[in-house]
Amino acid sequence: MSDLSTRERVHPGSAPGEDFHLEIVGDGDFQTADMKLSIGPAHPATHGVFRIVLEMDGERVTGARPVIGYMHRGFEKLAEHRDYRQIKALVNRHDWLSGFSNELGVALAVERMMEMEVPDRAQWIRMLLAEWNRILNHLMFIGSYAIELGAITPMFYAFREREDIQHLLESATGGRLHFTYNQVGGLKIDLPKGFLRQSTELSALIRKRVPDYHDLVLGNDIFQARTVGVGPLPPEVALSLGVTGPTLHATGVPEDSRVTEPYLKYGEIDVDVPVGENGDSFDRFYCLLARISASLDIIDQIHDHLPAGPVNTKLPKMVKAPEGATYLRTENPLGQLGYWLESDGGRTPWRLKMRTPSFSNVQAIPYLLEGVLVPDAIAVLGSVFFVVGDIDR
Amino acid sequence: MGVMDQVELPKPVKYVFNWGRKYSLWCFNFGLACCAIEFIAASTSRHDFIRHGVIPFAHGPRQADLLVVSGTLTDKMAPAVKRLYEEMPEPKYVISFGSCANCGGPYWDSYSVTKGVDQIIPVDVYVPGCPPRPEALLDGIIALQDMIQKESLKERIAGRRLDPITLGADEPLPSDSSPALPSGGRAP
Repeated sequence: MSDLSTRERVHPGSAPGEDFHLEIVGDGDFQTADMKLSIGPAHPATHGVFRIVLEMDGERVTGARPVIGYMHRGFEKLAEHRDYRQIKALVNRHDWLSGFSNELGVALAVERMMEMEVPDRAQWIRMLLAEWNRILNHLMFIGSYAIELGAITPMFYAFREREDIQHLLESATGGRLHFTYNQVGGLKIDLPKGFLRQSTELSALIRKRVPDYHDLVLGNDIFQARTVGVGPLPPEVALSLGVTGPTLHATGVPEDSRVTEPYLKYGEIDVDVPVGENGDSFDRFYCLLARISASLDIIDQIHDHLPAGPVNTKLPKMVKAPEGATYLRTENPLGQLGYWLESDGGRTPWRLKMRTPSFSNVQAIPYLLEGVLVPDAIAVLGSVFFVVGDIDR
Repeated sequence: MGVMDQVELPKPVKYVFNWGRKYSLWCFNFGLACCAIEFIAASTSRHDFIRHGVIPFAHGPRQADLLVVSGTLTDKMAPAVKRLYEEMPEPKYVISFGSCANCGGPYWDSYSVTKGVDQIIPVDVYVPGCPPRPEALLDGIIALQDMIQKESLKERIAGRRLDPITLGADEPLPSDSSPALPSGGRAP
Protein backbone atom coordinates (compact mmCIF):
# COMPACT_ATOMS: atom_id res chain seq x y z
CA MET A 1 0.00 0.00 0.00
CA SER A 2 1.43 3.35 -0.97
CA ASP A 3 1.95 6.03 1.58
CA LEU A 4 -1.28 7.97 1.73
CA SER A 5 0.38 11.16 2.80
CA THR A 6 1.93 11.56 -0.67
CA ARG A 7 -1.49 11.60 -2.29
CA GLU A 8 -3.03 14.95 -2.79
CA ARG A 9 -5.98 15.93 -4.83
CA VAL A 10 -5.98 19.30 -6.42
CA HIS A 11 -8.91 20.18 -8.57
CA PRO A 12 -8.36 22.35 -11.63
CA GLY A 13 -11.28 24.57 -10.73
CA SER A 14 -10.49 24.87 -7.04
CA ALA A 15 -9.66 28.22 -5.57
CA PRO A 16 -6.11 28.85 -4.36
CA GLY A 17 -5.60 27.63 -0.85
CA GLU A 18 -8.65 25.41 -0.91
CA ASP A 19 -8.09 22.44 1.36
CA PHE A 20 -7.99 19.19 -0.52
CA HIS A 21 -5.43 17.42 1.60
CA LEU A 22 -6.31 14.10 3.11
CA GLU A 23 -6.34 13.74 6.83
CA ILE A 24 -4.46 10.61 7.86
CA VAL A 25 -5.67 8.66 10.87
CA GLY A 26 -4.11 5.56 12.46
CA ASP A 27 -0.56 4.43 11.89
CA GLY A 28 1.45 1.68 10.29
CA ASP A 29 -0.56 -0.78 8.22
CA PHE A 30 -3.80 0.58 9.64
CA GLN A 31 -3.29 4.00 8.14
CA THR A 32 -6.46 5.26 6.61
CA ALA A 33 -7.94 8.50 5.42
CA ASP A 34 -11.35 9.97 4.92
CA MET A 35 -11.86 10.61 1.26
CA LYS A 36 -12.79 13.93 -0.21
CA LEU A 37 -14.63 13.48 -3.44
CA SER A 38 -15.22 16.46 -5.66
CA ILE A 39 -18.28 16.04 -7.84
CA GLY A 40 -18.48 18.59 -10.63
CA PRO A 41 -18.29 21.31 -11.77
CA ALA A 42 -19.03 19.39 -14.95
CA HIS A 43 -20.78 16.23 -13.93
CA PRO A 44 -23.93 14.74 -15.42
CA ALA A 45 -25.49 14.21 -12.00
CA THR A 46 -25.40 17.86 -11.06
CA HIS A 47 -27.15 19.13 -14.22
CA GLY A 48 -25.28 22.34 -14.65
CA VAL A 49 -21.98 23.47 -13.31
CA PHE A 50 -22.72 22.85 -9.68
CA ARG A 51 -19.83 21.46 -7.70
CA ILE A 52 -20.06 19.64 -4.41
CA VAL A 53 -17.27 18.28 -2.26
CA LEU A 54 -18.23 15.15 -0.36
CA GLU A 55 -16.31 13.93 2.63
CA MET A 56 -16.68 10.19 2.77
CA ASP A 57 -16.02 7.44 5.22
CA GLY A 58 -16.09 4.44 2.92
CA GLU A 59 -19.39 4.53 1.06
CA ARG A 60 -21.05 6.88 3.49
CA VAL A 61 -21.09 10.64 3.16
CA THR A 62 -20.05 12.33 6.37
CA GLY A 63 -20.13 15.88 5.14
CA ALA A 64 -20.94 17.86 2.03
CA ARG A 65 -19.98 21.33 0.97
CA PRO A 66 -21.49 22.91 -2.15
CA VAL A 67 -18.98 25.06 -4.04
CA ILE A 68 -20.90 27.66 -5.96
CA GLY A 69 -19.95 30.52 -8.24
CA TYR A 70 -19.10 28.69 -11.46
CA MET A 71 -22.04 30.37 -13.15
CA HIS A 72 -21.70 33.77 -11.52
CA ARG A 73 -22.39 36.36 -14.18
CA GLY A 74 -22.90 39.43 -12.04
CA PHE A 75 -26.61 40.01 -12.73
CA GLU A 76 -27.10 42.36 -9.81
CA LYS A 77 -24.28 44.61 -10.96
CA LEU A 78 -25.29 44.46 -14.62
CA ALA A 79 -28.85 45.45 -13.71
CA GLU A 80 -27.50 48.74 -12.39
CA HIS A 81 -26.36 49.56 -15.91
CA ARG A 82 -29.52 48.64 -17.80
CA ASP A 83 -32.63 50.75 -17.93
CA TYR A 84 -35.97 49.41 -16.71
CA ARG A 85 -36.94 48.06 -20.11
CA GLN A 86 -33.66 46.25 -20.62
CA ILE A 87 -33.59 44.56 -17.23
CA LYS A 88 -36.25 42.09 -18.20
CA ALA A 89 -34.01 40.67 -20.92
CA LEU A 90 -31.40 40.16 -18.25
CA VAL A 91 -33.53 38.70 -15.47
CA ASN A 92 -35.25 36.06 -17.54
CA ARG A 93 -31.85 34.47 -17.97
CA HIS A 94 -30.83 33.88 -14.35
CA ASP A 95 -33.32 31.05 -13.93
CA TRP A 96 -33.47 29.96 -17.53
CA LEU A 97 -36.27 27.49 -16.99
CA SER A 98 -38.70 30.08 -15.66
CA GLY A 99 -37.99 33.14 -17.75
CA PHE A 100 -41.54 34.41 -17.77
CA SER A 101 -41.93 34.32 -14.00
CA ASN A 102 -38.65 36.20 -13.53
CA GLU A 103 -39.50 39.06 -15.85
CA LEU A 104 -42.94 39.19 -14.28
CA GLY A 105 -41.33 39.86 -10.91
CA VAL A 106 -39.34 42.81 -12.20
CA ALA A 107 -42.29 44.24 -14.13
CA LEU A 108 -44.49 44.05 -11.03
CA ALA A 109 -41.81 45.66 -8.88
CA VAL A 110 -41.34 48.58 -11.27
CA GLU A 111 -45.10 49.00 -11.64
CA ARG A 112 -45.52 49.09 -7.89
CA MET A 113 -42.87 51.79 -7.57
CA MET A 114 -44.43 53.85 -10.36
CA GLU A 115 -47.92 53.23 -8.89
CA MET A 116 -49.15 52.12 -12.24
CA GLU A 117 -52.52 50.53 -12.98
CA VAL A 118 -52.17 47.49 -15.18
CA PRO A 119 -55.19 46.55 -17.37
CA ASP A 120 -57.14 43.51 -16.20
CA ARG A 121 -56.59 41.57 -19.39
CA ALA A 122 -52.82 41.95 -19.12
CA GLN A 123 -52.90 40.64 -15.57
CA TRP A 124 -54.89 37.56 -16.54
CA ILE A 125 -52.66 36.83 -19.51
CA ARG A 126 -49.61 37.18 -17.30
CA MET A 127 -51.07 34.57 -14.98
CA LEU A 128 -51.88 32.28 -17.88
CA LEU A 129 -48.37 32.38 -19.26
CA ALA A 130 -46.77 32.16 -15.83
CA GLU A 131 -48.64 28.92 -15.21
CA TRP A 132 -47.63 27.49 -18.58
CA ASN A 133 -44.07 28.44 -17.71
CA ARG A 134 -44.41 26.61 -14.41
CA ILE A 135 -45.41 23.44 -16.23
CA LEU A 136 -42.48 23.84 -18.64
CA ASN A 137 -40.09 24.12 -15.73
CA HIS A 138 -41.50 21.12 -13.85
CA LEU A 139 -41.43 18.91 -16.95
CA MET A 140 -37.73 19.59 -17.34
CA PHE A 141 -37.03 18.45 -13.79
CA ILE A 142 -39.24 15.40 -14.14
CA GLY A 143 -37.13 14.34 -17.11
CA SER A 144 -33.76 15.20 -15.62
CA TYR A 145 -34.46 13.60 -12.25
CA ALA A 146 -35.42 10.35 -13.93
CA ILE A 147 -32.17 10.46 -15.93
CA GLU A 148 -30.19 10.85 -12.73
CA LEU A 149 -31.82 7.70 -11.39
CA GLY A 150 -31.01 5.79 -14.56
CA ALA A 151 -34.16 6.12 -16.65
CA ILE A 152 -33.76 7.85 -19.99
CA THR A 153 -37.26 7.46 -21.41
CA PRO A 154 -39.11 10.01 -19.21
CA MET A 155 -36.90 12.74 -20.67
CA PHE A 156 -38.30 12.07 -24.12
CA TYR A 157 -41.84 12.14 -22.79
CA ALA A 158 -41.14 15.38 -20.94
CA PHE A 159 -39.70 17.03 -24.02
CA ARG A 160 -42.65 15.93 -26.15
CA GLU A 161 -44.82 18.03 -23.85
CA ARG A 162 -42.28 20.80 -23.54
CA GLU A 163 -42.08 21.24 -27.31
CA ASP A 164 -45.87 21.52 -27.53
CA ILE A 165 -45.97 24.15 -24.79
CA GLN A 166 -43.02 26.05 -26.21
CA HIS A 167 -44.76 26.09 -29.56
CA LEU A 168 -47.83 27.61 -27.94
CA LEU A 169 -45.86 30.24 -26.05
CA GLU A 170 -43.76 31.02 -29.08
CA SER A 171 -46.90 31.88 -31.03
CA ALA A 172 -47.63 34.63 -28.51
CA THR A 173 -44.19 35.81 -27.44
CA GLY A 174 -41.75 34.81 -30.16
CA GLY A 175 -39.42 33.08 -27.70
CA ARG A 176 -38.85 29.49 -26.71
CA LEU A 177 -37.04 29.98 -23.42
CA HIS A 178 -36.73 33.71 -22.89
CA PHE A 179 -40.02 35.31 -23.67
CA THR A 180 -39.45 39.01 -22.93
CA TYR A 181 -43.21 39.41 -23.17
CA ASN A 182 -43.82 41.51 -20.08
CA GLN A 183 -43.51 45.21 -20.18
CA VAL A 184 -43.72 47.81 -17.50
CA GLY A 185 -47.44 48.53 -17.51
CA GLY A 186 -48.63 45.43 -19.33
CA LEU A 187 -47.59 43.18 -22.14
CA LYS A 188 -45.71 43.66 -25.39
CA ILE A 189 -48.69 42.76 -27.60
CA ASP A 190 -52.01 41.00 -27.26
CA LEU A 191 -52.35 37.26 -27.66
CA PRO A 192 -52.57 36.11 -31.28
CA LYS A 193 -55.83 34.96 -32.79
CA GLY A 194 -56.70 31.38 -31.86
CA PHE A 195 -54.35 31.30 -28.86
CA LEU A 196 -57.09 30.55 -26.38
CA ARG A 197 -58.43 27.67 -28.42
CA GLN A 198 -54.95 26.17 -28.74
CA SER A 199 -54.28 26.75 -25.07
CA THR A 200 -57.51 24.97 -24.13
CA GLU A 201 -56.73 22.04 -26.40
CA LEU A 202 -53.18 21.74 -25.10
CA SER A 203 -54.35 21.89 -21.51
CA ALA A 204 -56.71 18.98 -22.19
CA LEU A 205 -53.98 17.06 -24.02
CA ILE A 206 -51.45 17.44 -21.22
CA ARG A 207 -54.04 16.55 -18.62
CA LYS A 208 -54.54 13.33 -20.54
CA ARG A 209 -50.79 12.67 -20.60
CA VAL A 210 -50.03 13.37 -16.94
CA PRO A 211 -51.05 9.81 -15.90
CA ASP A 212 -48.21 8.58 -18.13
CA TYR A 213 -45.73 10.06 -15.67
CA HIS A 214 -47.53 8.50 -12.75
CA ASP A 215 -47.27 5.09 -14.42
CA LEU A 216 -43.83 5.55 -15.86
CA VAL A 217 -41.97 7.19 -13.01
CA LEU A 218 -43.93 7.56 -9.80
CA GLY A 219 -45.38 4.06 -9.82
CA ASN A 220 -42.14 2.46 -10.88
CA ASP A 221 -40.74 0.02 -8.30
CA ILE A 222 -37.14 0.98 -8.94
CA PHE A 223 -37.96 4.66 -8.66
CA GLN A 224 -39.72 4.08 -5.36
CA ALA A 225 -36.87 1.96 -4.03
CA ARG A 226 -34.41 4.74 -4.86
CA THR A 227 -36.43 7.63 -3.45
CA VAL A 228 -38.86 6.62 -0.67
CA GLY A 229 -37.37 7.57 2.68
CA VAL A 230 -34.22 8.98 1.07
CA GLY A 231 -33.15 12.41 2.26
CA PRO A 232 -36.07 13.38 4.50
CA LEU A 233 -36.22 17.07 5.32
CA PRO A 234 -38.13 18.05 8.49
CA PRO A 235 -40.40 21.09 8.04
CA GLU A 236 -38.77 23.10 10.81
CA VAL A 237 -35.31 22.65 9.25
CA ALA A 238 -36.69 23.58 5.84
CA LEU A 239 -38.28 26.74 7.21
CA SER A 240 -35.18 27.77 9.14
CA LEU A 241 -33.02 27.35 6.03
CA GLY A 242 -35.40 29.39 3.89
CA VAL A 243 -36.33 26.51 1.60
CA THR A 244 -39.37 27.28 -0.55
CA GLY A 245 -41.33 25.90 -3.47
CA PRO A 246 -41.93 22.19 -4.10
CA THR A 247 -39.04 21.29 -1.80
CA LEU A 248 -40.85 22.99 1.08
CA HIS A 249 -44.29 21.76 0.07
CA ALA A 250 -43.00 18.18 0.21
CA THR A 251 -42.42 18.63 3.94
CA GLY A 252 -46.11 19.44 4.40
CA VAL A 253 -45.92 23.23 4.66
CA PRO A 254 -48.30 24.80 2.09
CA GLU A 255 -46.51 28.16 1.98
CA ASP A 256 -47.12 29.63 -1.44
CA SER A 257 -47.24 33.36 -2.10
CA ARG A 258 -49.98 32.86 -4.68
CA VAL A 259 -52.19 31.89 -1.73
CA THR A 260 -50.72 33.67 1.28
CA GLU A 261 -49.95 36.98 -0.41
CA PRO A 262 -51.80 36.92 -3.74
CA TYR A 263 -50.44 39.06 -6.54
CA LEU A 264 -52.00 39.61 -9.99
CA LYS A 265 -55.48 38.02 -9.83
CA TYR A 266 -54.57 34.88 -7.92
CA GLY A 267 -56.93 35.97 -5.16
CA GLU A 268 -59.93 35.56 -7.45
CA ILE A 269 -59.35 31.93 -8.36
CA ASP A 270 -58.76 28.69 -6.49
CA VAL A 271 -55.10 27.82 -6.20
CA ASP A 272 -54.38 24.32 -5.07
CA VAL A 273 -51.02 23.71 -3.39
CA PRO A 274 -50.18 20.01 -3.32
CA VAL A 275 -48.19 19.00 -0.25
CA GLY A 276 -46.29 15.90 0.73
CA GLU A 277 -45.97 14.18 4.10
CA ASN A 278 -42.43 13.02 4.77
CA GLY A 279 -40.33 15.53 2.88
CA ASP A 280 -38.24 12.80 1.26
CA SER A 281 -37.08 12.62 -2.35
CA PHE A 282 -40.22 10.79 -3.41
CA ASP A 283 -42.47 13.47 -1.92
CA ARG A 284 -40.47 16.22 -3.58
CA PHE A 285 -40.93 14.57 -6.92
CA TYR A 286 -44.60 13.90 -6.19
CA CYS A 287 -45.18 17.58 -5.41
CA LEU A 288 -43.56 18.57 -8.69
CA LEU A 289 -45.82 16.25 -10.64
CA ALA A 290 -48.92 17.24 -8.71
CA ARG A 291 -48.17 20.91 -9.34
CA ILE A 292 -48.52 20.29 -13.06
CA SER A 293 -52.12 19.21 -12.55
CA ALA A 294 -52.68 22.12 -10.17
CA SER A 295 -51.34 24.55 -12.77
CA LEU A 296 -53.57 23.03 -15.43
CA ASP A 297 -56.55 23.66 -13.13
CA ILE A 298 -55.50 27.30 -12.81
CA ILE A 299 -55.07 27.59 -16.58
CA ASP A 300 -58.59 26.28 -17.15
CA GLN A 301 -59.97 28.81 -14.67
CA ILE A 302 -58.10 31.62 -16.41
CA HIS A 303 -59.61 30.60 -19.74
CA ASP A 304 -63.04 31.16 -18.22
CA HIS A 305 -62.17 34.51 -16.65
CA LEU A 306 -60.11 36.23 -19.34
CA PRO A 307 -61.70 39.65 -19.98
CA ALA A 308 -61.44 41.74 -23.13
CA GLY A 309 -59.70 45.05 -23.19
CA PRO A 310 -56.30 46.64 -23.67
CA VAL A 311 -53.11 44.85 -22.61
CA ASN A 312 -50.76 47.74 -22.07
CA THR A 313 -50.68 51.28 -20.81
CA LYS A 314 -49.08 54.24 -22.45
CA LEU A 315 -45.58 54.66 -21.16
CA PRO A 316 -43.51 57.81 -21.01
CA LYS A 317 -40.56 57.87 -23.37
CA MET A 318 -38.20 57.28 -20.50
CA VAL A 319 -39.31 54.85 -17.79
CA LYS A 320 -38.09 56.23 -14.50
CA ALA A 321 -39.04 54.76 -11.14
CA PRO A 322 -39.44 57.40 -8.43
CA GLU A 323 -36.96 57.47 -5.59
CA GLY A 324 -37.56 54.74 -3.05
CA ALA A 325 -37.41 51.02 -2.66
CA THR A 326 -39.70 48.03 -2.83
CA TYR A 327 -39.52 44.32 -2.20
CA LEU A 328 -41.72 42.11 -4.29
CA ARG A 329 -42.04 38.39 -3.99
CA THR A 330 -43.61 36.05 -6.46
CA GLU A 331 -44.03 32.31 -6.53
CA ASN A 332 -41.56 31.09 -9.10
CA PRO A 333 -41.73 27.47 -10.25
CA LEU A 334 -38.89 26.54 -7.89
CA GLY A 335 -39.89 28.66 -4.94
CA GLN A 336 -40.10 32.23 -3.83
CA LEU A 337 -38.39 34.81 -5.91
CA GLY A 338 -37.90 38.20 -4.36
CA TYR A 339 -36.67 41.38 -5.99
CA TRP A 340 -35.47 44.24 -3.85
CA LEU A 341 -35.52 47.21 -6.17
CA GLU A 342 -34.05 50.47 -5.04
CA SER A 343 -34.20 53.56 -7.19
CA ASP A 344 -32.64 56.99 -6.92
CA GLY A 345 -35.02 58.37 -9.52
CA GLY A 346 -32.77 57.72 -12.50
CA ARG A 347 -33.12 55.65 -15.64
CA THR A 348 -31.53 52.58 -14.09
CA PRO A 349 -32.10 50.95 -10.70
CA TRP A 350 -29.70 51.98 -8.01
CA ARG A 351 -29.73 48.43 -6.69
CA LEU A 352 -31.49 45.22 -7.66
CA LYS A 353 -31.11 42.50 -5.09
CA MET A 354 -32.37 39.06 -5.95
CA ARG A 355 -33.61 36.50 -3.50
CA THR A 356 -33.59 33.45 -5.71
CA PRO A 357 -35.28 30.18 -4.75
CA SER A 358 -32.47 27.89 -5.89
CA PHE A 359 -29.90 29.64 -3.73
CA SER A 360 -32.01 29.09 -0.64
CA ASN A 361 -32.91 25.54 -1.60
CA VAL A 362 -29.32 24.35 -1.97
CA GLN A 363 -28.67 25.45 1.62
CA ALA A 364 -30.51 22.27 2.58
CA ILE A 365 -28.07 20.03 0.69
CA PRO A 366 -25.36 19.72 3.40
CA TYR A 367 -28.07 18.77 5.90
CA LEU A 368 -29.68 16.26 3.54
CA LEU A 369 -26.47 14.57 2.43
CA GLU A 370 -25.06 13.86 5.88
CA GLY A 371 -25.08 10.13 6.49
CA VAL A 372 -26.44 8.98 3.12
CA LEU A 373 -24.74 6.52 0.78
CA VAL A 374 -23.13 7.75 -2.44
CA PRO A 375 -25.86 6.47 -4.80
CA ASP A 376 -28.45 8.08 -2.54
CA ALA A 377 -26.50 11.30 -2.65
CA ILE A 378 -27.30 11.55 -6.36
CA ALA A 379 -30.97 10.84 -5.68
CA VAL A 380 -31.02 13.59 -3.05
CA LEU A 381 -29.10 16.12 -5.14
CA GLY A 382 -31.50 15.75 -8.04
CA SER A 383 -34.56 16.02 -5.86
CA VAL A 384 -33.65 19.41 -4.40
CA PHE A 385 -34.67 21.20 -7.53
CA PHE A 386 -32.36 24.02 -8.48
CA VAL A 387 -31.05 25.82 -11.52
CA VAL A 388 -27.38 26.67 -11.29
CA GLY A 389 -27.77 30.10 -12.87
CA ASP A 390 -30.34 30.86 -10.23
CA ILE A 391 -27.89 29.96 -7.44
CA ASP A 392 -24.96 31.94 -8.71
CA ARG A 393 -26.76 34.73 -10.59
CA MET B 1 -2.34 7.58 -35.24
CA GLY B 2 0.12 5.50 -37.20
CA VAL B 3 0.28 6.23 -40.87
CA MET B 4 -2.46 8.80 -41.17
CA ASP B 5 -0.51 11.66 -39.77
CA GLN B 6 2.44 10.82 -42.05
CA VAL B 7 0.95 10.56 -45.53
CA GLU B 8 -1.81 12.26 -47.45
CA LEU B 9 -4.49 9.66 -48.15
CA PRO B 10 -5.47 8.96 -51.78
CA LYS B 11 -8.58 10.89 -52.79
CA PRO B 12 -11.10 7.99 -52.88
CA VAL B 13 -9.88 6.66 -49.53
CA LYS B 14 -10.01 10.11 -48.05
CA TYR B 15 -13.58 10.55 -49.28
CA VAL B 16 -14.78 7.31 -47.71
CA PHE B 17 -12.79 7.93 -44.58
CA ASN B 18 -14.18 11.43 -44.05
CA TRP B 19 -17.67 10.23 -44.90
CA GLY B 20 -17.38 7.70 -42.11
CA ARG B 21 -15.98 10.20 -39.65
CA LYS B 22 -18.56 12.89 -40.22
CA TYR B 23 -21.50 10.61 -39.48
CA SER B 24 -20.18 9.22 -36.22
CA LEU B 25 -19.50 12.28 -34.12
CA TRP B 26 -19.56 11.32 -30.49
CA CYS B 27 -20.56 14.49 -28.83
CA PHE B 28 -19.67 15.79 -25.40
CA ASN B 29 -22.11 18.44 -24.28
CA PHE B 30 -20.57 21.01 -22.04
CA GLY B 31 -23.88 22.38 -20.83
CA LEU B 32 -23.35 25.62 -19.00
CA ALA B 33 -26.52 27.67 -19.13
CA CYS B 34 -29.76 28.25 -21.03
CA CYS B 35 -28.34 26.93 -24.29
CA ALA B 36 -27.89 23.51 -22.69
CA ILE B 37 -31.68 23.24 -22.52
CA GLU B 38 -31.91 23.89 -26.25
CA PHE B 39 -29.14 21.35 -26.78
CA ILE B 40 -31.21 18.76 -24.92
CA ALA B 41 -34.26 19.80 -26.94
CA ALA B 42 -32.23 19.20 -30.11
CA SER B 43 -31.30 15.71 -28.91
CA THR B 44 -34.86 14.64 -28.08
CA SER B 45 -37.52 13.38 -30.42
CA ARG B 46 -38.81 16.56 -32.08
CA HIS B 47 -35.45 17.63 -33.53
CA ASP B 48 -33.37 14.52 -32.96
CA PHE B 49 -29.81 15.13 -34.14
CA ILE B 50 -28.98 11.47 -33.70
CA ARG B 51 -30.38 11.02 -37.21
CA HIS B 52 -27.44 13.17 -38.39
CA GLY B 53 -25.02 10.78 -36.75
CA VAL B 54 -24.29 12.87 -33.67
CA ILE B 55 -24.36 10.69 -30.59
CA PRO B 56 -24.78 12.63 -27.35
CA PHE B 57 -23.80 9.77 -25.04
CA ALA B 58 -20.03 10.18 -24.88
CA HIS B 59 -19.05 9.04 -21.41
CA GLY B 60 -16.49 11.74 -21.08
CA PRO B 61 -14.14 13.91 -23.05
CA ARG B 62 -11.78 11.00 -23.73
CA GLN B 63 -14.43 9.24 -25.79
CA ALA B 64 -15.64 12.33 -27.61
CA ASP B 65 -14.96 13.77 -31.06
CA LEU B 66 -17.10 16.86 -30.76
CA LEU B 67 -17.33 19.33 -27.92
CA VAL B 68 -20.42 21.53 -27.85
CA VAL B 69 -19.91 24.44 -25.49
CA SER B 70 -23.40 25.67 -24.79
CA GLY B 71 -23.80 28.58 -22.46
CA THR B 72 -22.00 31.30 -20.58
CA LEU B 73 -18.39 30.60 -19.80
CA THR B 74 -17.21 32.31 -16.64
CA ASP B 75 -13.64 32.96 -15.65
CA LYS B 76 -13.97 30.48 -12.81
CA MET B 77 -15.15 27.78 -15.21
CA ALA B 78 -12.61 28.43 -17.98
CA PRO B 79 -9.74 26.24 -16.65
CA ALA B 80 -12.08 23.24 -16.46
CA VAL B 81 -13.23 23.71 -20.07
CA LYS B 82 -9.64 23.99 -21.25
CA ARG B 83 -8.69 20.83 -19.42
CA LEU B 84 -11.65 18.91 -20.81
CA TYR B 85 -10.73 20.03 -24.30
CA GLU B 86 -7.16 18.89 -23.80
CA GLU B 87 -8.37 15.49 -22.65
CA MET B 88 -10.14 14.91 -25.96
CA PRO B 89 -8.20 12.92 -28.56
CA GLU B 90 -7.36 14.39 -32.00
CA PRO B 91 -9.07 14.95 -34.38
CA LYS B 92 -11.47 16.98 -32.27
CA TYR B 93 -14.04 19.60 -33.13
CA VAL B 94 -15.70 22.37 -31.19
CA ILE B 95 -19.09 23.97 -31.74
CA SER B 96 -19.64 27.18 -29.85
CA PHE B 97 -23.38 27.21 -29.26
CA GLY B 98 -25.02 30.48 -28.34
CA SER B 99 -24.04 34.10 -28.03
CA CYS B 100 -22.43 33.72 -24.62
CA ALA B 101 -20.04 31.05 -25.85
CA ASN B 102 -19.37 33.09 -29.00
CA CYS B 103 -18.61 36.46 -27.50
CA GLY B 104 -20.10 36.90 -24.04
CA GLY B 105 -23.59 37.69 -25.33
CA PRO B 106 -25.78 39.75 -23.00
CA TYR B 107 -23.00 39.69 -20.40
CA TRP B 108 -20.58 41.59 -22.61
CA ASP B 109 -19.90 44.08 -19.81
CA SER B 110 -19.82 41.63 -16.92
CA TYR B 111 -16.77 41.38 -14.70
CA SER B 112 -16.88 37.61 -14.33
CA VAL B 113 -17.69 36.31 -17.82
CA THR B 114 -15.14 35.11 -20.36
CA LYS B 115 -15.99 36.95 -23.57
CA GLY B 116 -16.09 33.95 -25.86
CA VAL B 117 -14.87 30.39 -25.55
CA ASP B 118 -12.51 30.99 -28.48
CA GLN B 119 -10.25 32.85 -26.07
CA ILE B 120 -9.22 29.55 -24.55
CA ILE B 121 -9.91 26.83 -27.13
CA PRO B 122 -10.13 26.88 -30.95
CA VAL B 123 -13.66 26.84 -32.33
CA ASP B 124 -14.81 25.30 -35.62
CA VAL B 125 -18.42 26.43 -35.88
CA TYR B 126 -20.12 29.39 -34.24
CA VAL B 127 -23.88 29.14 -33.82
CA PRO B 128 -25.36 32.54 -32.96
CA GLY B 129 -28.55 33.10 -31.00
CA CYS B 130 -29.65 33.68 -27.44
CA PRO B 131 -30.39 30.86 -27.13
CA PRO B 132 -30.24 29.52 -30.69
CA ARG B 133 -33.13 27.33 -31.73
CA PRO B 134 -32.51 23.57 -31.96
CA GLU B 135 -32.75 23.95 -35.73
CA ALA B 136 -29.74 26.27 -35.57
CA LEU B 137 -27.73 23.54 -33.86
CA LEU B 138 -28.74 21.11 -36.61
CA ASP B 139 -27.56 23.69 -39.12
CA GLY B 140 -24.27 24.03 -37.28
CA ILE B 141 -23.79 20.28 -37.22
CA ILE B 142 -24.37 20.03 -40.96
CA ALA B 143 -21.88 22.86 -41.54
CA LEU B 144 -19.34 21.00 -39.42
CA GLN B 145 -19.96 17.78 -41.33
CA ASP B 146 -19.32 19.58 -44.63
CA MET B 147 -16.09 20.86 -43.15
CA ILE B 148 -15.02 17.38 -42.07
CA GLN B 149 -15.78 16.03 -45.56
CA LYS B 150 -13.51 18.64 -47.13
CA GLU B 151 -10.54 18.46 -44.83
CA SER B 152 -7.42 16.33 -44.87
CA LEU B 153 -6.84 14.22 -41.79
CA LYS B 154 -3.10 14.69 -41.99
CA GLU B 155 -3.45 18.45 -41.88
CA ARG B 156 -5.94 18.24 -39.05
CA ILE B 157 -3.73 16.08 -36.88
CA ALA B 158 -0.87 18.44 -37.54
CA GLY B 159 -3.07 21.10 -35.99
CA ARG B 160 -3.89 23.02 -39.18
CA ARG B 161 -7.54 23.82 -39.22
CA LEU B 162 -9.85 25.20 -41.84
CA ASP B 163 -11.25 28.64 -41.14
CA PRO B 164 -14.06 28.58 -38.60
CA ILE B 165 -17.62 28.83 -39.89
CA THR B 166 -20.01 31.40 -38.49
CA LEU B 167 -23.58 30.54 -39.29
CA GLY B 168 -25.42 33.33 -41.05
CA ALA B 169 -22.25 35.33 -41.62
CA ASP B 170 -22.34 34.99 -45.42
CA GLU B 171 -25.71 36.74 -45.50
CA PRO B 172 -25.48 40.54 -45.38
CA LEU B 173 -26.29 41.87 -41.96
CA PRO B 174 -29.02 44.51 -41.66
CA SER B 175 -26.46 47.00 -40.46
CA ASP B 176 -24.51 46.71 -43.72
CA SER B 177 -27.20 48.61 -45.59
CA SER B 178 -27.65 51.27 -42.93
CA PRO B 179 -25.74 54.54 -43.25
CA ALA B 180 -22.32 54.59 -41.69
CA LEU B 181 -22.04 55.95 -38.18
CA PRO B 182 -20.46 59.35 -37.77
CA SER B 183 -16.80 59.05 -36.94
CA GLY B 184 -16.23 58.30 -33.31
CA GLY B 185 -19.96 57.83 -32.76
CA ARG B 186 -21.45 54.83 -31.02
CA ALA B 187 -24.37 52.78 -32.15
CA PRO B 188 -27.56 54.05 -30.52
